[in-house]
Amino acid sequence: MLKVLQPGFFSTIQDYGRFGYRDHGVPVSGVIDLYSAQFANALLGNTNDAALIEMTMVGGKFQFLEPTTIVVSGAFMNPKLNDMPIEQHKLIHIHSNDVLHFAQVKQGFRTYLAIKGGFKSDVLLGSRSQYNPVTSNNTIHKGELVPYQSFSSLHVSNSKVKFDNSILKSNILDVFKGPEFDRLSEKQKQQLENDEFKVSKYNNRMAYQLEPMVENDIKPILSAPVLPGTVQLTPNGNLIVLTRDCQTTGGYPRVLQLMESAINMLAQKTTGNTLKFRLKE
Amino acid sequence: MEYELKFSPYSEHSILIEWPSVMDKNMLKSILSYKKIIQNLYIKQKVELINTYNSILIIYNFTIDNINDEILKLKSLKYNKTNLENLKSRLWKIPVCYDDEFGLDLEEFSLQKELSKAEIIQRHSAAIYTIFFIGFLPGFLYLGGLDNKLHLDRKSAPNLDVKKGAVGIGGNQTGIYPQNSPGGWHIIGKTPVDFFNPKTNPPCVFNAGDQLKFYPISKSEFLDLEQDVKRGCFQLKPLQNA
Repeated sequence: MLKVLQPGFFSTIQDYGRFGYRDHGVPVSGVIDLYSAQFANALLGNTNDAALIEMTMVGGKFQFLEPTTIVVSGAFMNPKLNDMPIEQHKLIHIHSNDVLHFAQVKQGFRTYLAIKGGFKSDVLLGSRSQYNPVTSNNTIHKGELVPYQSFSSLHVSNSKVKFDNSILKSNILDVFKGPEFDRLSEKQKQQLENDEFKVSKYNNRMAYQLEPMVENDIKPILSAPVLPGTVQLTPNGNLIVLTRDCQTTGGYPRVLQLMESAINMLAQKTTGNTLKFRLKE
Repeated sequence: MEYELKFSPYSEHSILIEWPSVMDKNMLKSILSYKKIIQNLYIKQKVELINTYNSILIIYNFTIDNINDEILKLKSLKYNKTNLENLKSRLWKIPVCYDDEFGLDLEEFSLQKELSKAEIIQRHSAAIYTIFFIGFLPGFLYLGGLDNKLHLDRKSAPNLDVKKGAVGIGGNQTGIYPQNSPGGWHIIGKTPVDFFNPKTNPPCVFNAGDQLKFYPISKSEFLDLEQDVKRGCFQLKPLQNA
């Protein structure tokens, strides 16, 4: 069991998503930065359904009640094991009662704690990803015990893959044209391609709103399918980038679609960060 | 009827098929029969399909080598009349209590539309609605077929806490809130029925293409049914339509 001494600002259990229920309006959910999560799971030799803890902005404090091996990946939150700094993107061996402590984020926005075998919280509709109303809680809580399987032998990995830091540093988002891109005026297209946008304070696992507004007179559409990474333009000119917990359908024009790599990159951005779109044909 | 379809890549792992931009019951049949054919095509792979009024989004939960080849494969699929006729639709009867205690906006709705409450209830529960698709929130049904006389623009300021089960009208649509949530629709009643339950599989018993009809119940019937639902001894049984 992992004992949550402090949950941090917004920490959730996530796997790679809840597939097969979007037809009933259930968001796919799952880790927002799939690159960092997959990196950590691969290092541990975990399967694709291994659940991690995703921490946002300020990390938590955790006590491991059994031995295991972990990897910390993604944003840098100054991780310390029993008050000693540890390296990220490397296997770390854990003894019973070790305490892992994260602080405020220094670079990036989301950090992953991966564990050998994955966290074993309840599976609902085929996934452990926390999303209310599918799971009863939206986040992990102080005092909560999160199950995992104990491993006492030191896990050795031959992986020589290096973590690609550009995901934390770059601010260029690769995008495709969305279904309603061609309804934009020339001026709007130029703005989307050339201007710099800023992440507004309205950013979470459902959507990131950008600033400034884009002057707009294109009308809403008949409600249509959307995906994580879909960029919507609202009638009053707000650009909204949908993220993993987004609705399955929406009525705002879908002007751009982020590539998977761009969604991962966006997940590491926070209020005030700037970004630019790079249109792919 | 033949429709002109537009196929386009939507993301690295999804393809969008679009029909003309209208809400139409007959076109929905065409969309749903196409959806079924695609589902059968990928039966052994992890593929998800979302349909709306005039689109199908196919999401491949695996890597596709060449999205254009995939589009060609989809375009070559034939759908014919037999498929259309094989689509079975079910009719669900949903109890709604239109009592003032639950129909929080019924009074105001009645004033704005200059219709008596009895007439609103009569018209709302007489219609047979078509479920076009499920979206917005888990278990939220997009219903077509609201009586023209009951159309009313959404409220200018949303209610921050609409209760689960609330039945509302917004613009030309009516619907049921499957969870407590903010919402801008005029609330005219409440159903004790669960529209989404993550502990059952499927979590939502309704499907796109099904039909739905409301029937009025009294407050005491509502309270009885609510208890039955809580105890798990209430089950909706649909009527099978051809």
